[in-house]
Amino acid sequence: MLDFEFKPFDEMTPEDYAKVGFKSGLEVHQQLLTEKKLFCRCPAGKYSHDYDAEILRHMRPTLSELGEYDGTALMEFKTKKNIIYRIHHDSVCTYEMDDTPPFEINDDALDIAIEIALLIDATVVDEIHIARKQYLDGSIPTGFQRTAITCVGGKIPYKDRSINLIQMSIEEDSCREISDIGHMRVYIADRLGMPLIETVTHPEMKTPQEVAEVNDILRRIARSTGKVRTGIGTGREDVNVSVDGGTRVEIKGVSKIKSIPLLTYNEAMRQWNLLRLREELKSRGIDEDSFSAEYHDVTKLLRKTRFQPINDAIAEGKIVNCVKLSGYRNLLNWQTQTDTYFSKEISDRVRVVACLTTLPNIIHSDSPSETVSSSSWSKVKKFVNAGDNDTIVLVWGDETDAETGANEVIIRAREAANGIPPETRQALSDGTNGFERILPGPERMYPDTDLPPKVLNVERIAKINSQLPKKIWDRENWYRELQLPEDIVIGLAYSDKAELFEKLVKILKVPAMLAGVALMNYPKRIKKAGLNIYALDAVVYEKVFNAYLEGRLAKDGIYYALKNIAKDGKFSMAAIPVKCTDDELERTIEEARIEVKLTEIIKPEKTEMVLFGIIMNNLRGRASGIDVKKYLNENNSEEV
Amino acid sequence: MSQNEDNTQNEDYKGYRGKALEKLREFEAKIWSDVEIATPGGNYVGFILPRSETADDLHIVVKLRTGYNIGVACRKVTDIKINGRKVANYKIPEQDFPYDKRKPRVKLFGTGGTIASRLDYRTGAVIPAFSPGELYGSVPELADYCNLETEKLYGVFSENMGPGQWKGIAEAIAKEIEKGVQGVIIGHGTDTMHHTSAILSFMLQNTPVPIVMVGSQRSSDRPSSDAALNLIHSVKTAADSDIAEVLVCMFGPTSDQYGLLHRGTRVRKMHSSYRSTFRTIGDIPIAMVDRNTVTPIRNDYKHRRNDKDFILKPYFEDMVGIVYYYPNMQPDIINSMIDNGYKGIVIAGTGLGHVNKPLYPALKRARDEGIAVYMTVQTLWGYVQMYVYETGREMMGLGVVPAANMLPEVAYVKLGWALGQTSDLDKVKDIMLTPVAGEITEREPSNGYLIYQGGIPEVEEFISKYKK
Repeated sequence: MLDFEFKPFDEMTPEDYAKVGFKSGLEVHQQLLTEKKLFCRCPAGKYSHDYDAEILRHMRPTLSELGEYDGTALMEFKTKKNIIYRIHHDSVCTYEMDDTPPFEINDDALDIAIEIALLIDATVVDEIHIARKQYLDGSIPTGFQRTAITCVGGKIPYKDRSINLIQMSIEEDSCREISDIGHMRVYIADRLGMPLIETVTHPEMKTPQEVAEVNDILRRIARSTGKVRTGIGTGREDVNVSVDGGTRVEIKGVSKIKSIPLLTYNEAMRQWNLLRLREELKSRGIDEDSFSAEYHDVTKLLRKTRFQPINDAIAEGKIVNCVKLSGYRNLLNWQTQTDTYFSKEISDRVRVVACLTTLPNIIHSDSPSETVSSSSWSKVKKFVNAGDNDTIVLVWGDETDAETGANEVIIRAREAANGIPPETRQALSDGTNGFERILPGPERMYPDTDLPPKVLNVERIAKINSQLPKKIWDRENWYRELQLPEDIVIGLAYSDKAELFEKLVKILKVPAMLAGVALMNYPKRIKKAGLNIYALDAVVYEKVFNAYLEGRLAKDGIYYALKNIAKDGKFSMAAIPVKCTDDELERTIEEARIEVKLTEIIKPEKTEMVLFGIIMNNLRGRASGIDVKKYLNENNSEEV
Repeated sequence: MSQNEDNTQNEDYKGYRGKALEKLREFEAKIWSDVEIATPGGNYVGFILPRSETADDLHIVVKLRTGYNIGVACRKVTDIKINGRKVANYKIPEQDFPYDKRKPRVKLFGTGGTIASRLDYRTGAVIPAFSPGELYGSVPELADYCNLETEKLYGVFSENMGPGQWKGIAEAIAKEIEKGVQGVIIGHGTDTMHHTSAILSFMLQNTPVPIVMVGSQRSSDRPSSDAALNLIHSVKTAADSDIAEVLVCMFGPTSDQYGLLHRGTRVRKMHSSYRSTFRTIGDIPIAMVDRNTVTPIRNDYKHRRNDKDFILKPYFEDMVGIVYYYPNMQPDIINSMIDNGYKGIVIAGTGLGHVNKPLYPALKRARDEGIAVYMTVQTLWGYVQMYVYETGREMMGLGVVPAANMLPEVAYVKLGWALGQTSDLDKVKDIMLTPVAGEITEREPSNGYLIYQGGIPEVEEFISKYKK
């Protein structure tokens, strides 16, 4: 089974993904558009890298409700990070700093979450219980995120099937990381506490492309309410990937949907290749029990090395540990992802857990060149008693970090004999991913004792249900029946213009295509012309279309009318181009003909088109193209 | 049903009552059962959790497989299928505290509070838990400083502490000092920590070793809890410091950086929730403490000694009260205290120590009936000065004794302590006005009153330079 080898990204087919048993699910985070944060009354959406105070905290693991420690928590504790929060008085209060208990949950945010829950056909829970989800990386000063399930189940139509949803939670956003060097991690706290929802799908996507498409649908559903934030960082996703025989691995913090296919491809490849690595180890007689490794302090053997990182480290009084991985010869060069090898898995762990963040943080005998001299390798090998079938890994740092580092090398190498460790991995810009932390389990959940449960009563849900926007797939189907072009179908269905479109078409009887183009394409063109389009609201559109329907405005004048209104910042009758009289039309055409005659046209066969262009431009929407064409056809006997 | 059976039943359906309890009983779905609950809206799979007694009786709490909890309306439940049961065991892994004969012996008394706490399903809030092994299990660093012995004296929230506990703690500490302990720590809820630190300063005088009170503002079930670091600081202080006084050891800044050692009689909780809530009032703290060092910031503290010449005076008169004056206060407040047999009253007056005229007849009656009345200031900072205004002089004429710069809470416990020793009001006055442990100071240094005003440029500049 494992003889399949991953092809380059562009050559992979759905059948290939089926062969490796690709499975992926999404956790889609979407910030909600509220005035205030979720559990305090700080203003939401005030971002700045400026800060006027700093706070230092450490995190310690605590027990879960069921009396268990979470593996991730213990790992983070090993890192002994100093965590610095930068706070600004305007965007952060004593709540986010964890010096004041939470205020009651923001009801506006909760209503938006319920609205979206209803749009995805989920069951809204009867009573929400706020939980603390532990995050010991420090991204939240409390050490946990306040989060609550708002609904369970639900589904969205996709292709010829449905994608089923597990649950949606409402939660507070975390800090933004500024830097993470050595034992110091710095966060800015401006985003902290912003309300967001997390929608979790079942792992039902079968190719990387499907993951991106489903993500896009979920994003558009949320946006169709007009009550979520848009822009960079307002929607982020965690992507869960596994292959047959693999493990659920979470790629965290993906901010662009279009990067998902390559990321999931690489993760599937990584898992597949790690499974193949396990097979290789097995064939060498290495399993978790027979795995053997040890480490020794080899500082004194490398005092004269010319390899700069180790040379510097020793000069600073640091030590070098050498890990011997018995029987691992060449396996650190085992490919895992595109241009990425097993040594990266080990280096990542050392970086994250031992806080040896300056790269390279390890070197190994499988790639001996350009590091320490071959005589040094020999000396070290001899000292640790390494044979030809073994691989040795050097890791350096102060005593504690070098020890943690050596242990992590051993831990990760041993895990290879077991398969794929459940991990949270970070998305990298080249489409590969790197280790972030051990995947947390349900053990990290703890009830929030600061806030009581909250009943979501039937009346509240019914009220939201009565004002629910139409579902985007229903809208899309209708648009397709109206034969709108696909880009307008997709864009309009989740835009804040969807309801206006329906009114224009159904009540005012505006031709669908015209309404679609005027609502979706014209604002883009006007914006491109450097104008602000905030004035173009529903009322303006209705007035403009009324002028058109009453025959006061030519079809081609609609664009100019909207542009004029955008320019003026408000509607006025003067903004509506007055339809020209037949005489004016005739005169404009004659003037254009003269202009064309005086112009040297490179492609004579396009003369007609050029003429038409000049006429329409000069008319500025005062006549419709159809009328102009009609006139030209009736008078085309005349020579141009 | 016997009492026993009833209790078992309650345990099986902990926190549930009314309709929710009925529904659970119908399907014999005890708490911690692994269940599938059917409702018309869909099925829920997870564990049934106990319910907070203060929550309604209409919902069943389920812990879903993802670890999240939700409440399911019991009226919707059509079936509960039970697939198993796993009773949660919320227990910090206990480990024997390692013994090292080179390290000093430190005793930690537990009285409750958030320094060690766990979840309480009955109320849904946190309740105190205290066990020596748990402490080592969760804060193993403590073993670097000392051989720690622990003893649980009480398990109460700090608002429930009172004279009985105060005496008990003082006596327990005395016993340990007799046994040659190097330092004593008292884990205590923070709300009334300064009352206890003050009374211990009076009940246990001339201690040869540090007596350190410690607590936490964030319970230890939170990853960002200040409990561990406060404990470490207190252990460092008790084991190594040269300061033989009753101290409160709590966060200096809100950052995990250092603690402050406050004199027990001059300290006060000043914020309902901040980590750095304890502040020395009208003076400066005795020292700063971090994991490695105790750094005194004044030199008039009492030094550690090898003798056992301490004085134990575990006395307290319960019939003492404190009255927080407000404009338009009526004499009936004072009168009712007199009617109810109070023997001492501490007034927290306005400004330099004032109350309104309508109270005078009641104050006169108090004097005539032999009730000790002392004046403190609700401004907290500054001295009572009853000569400046006529009101003050009149009140002194009515027997009200100015209590200098004793904090109102400190004056209250001291008056109870004094009246516990004698009912002779002259002797009481002697005791009250003779400083025992820094409760009255001769002078207020200019840096004893520093409440920085946020927003002012120089303050903001200062704050931005240091971690808060």
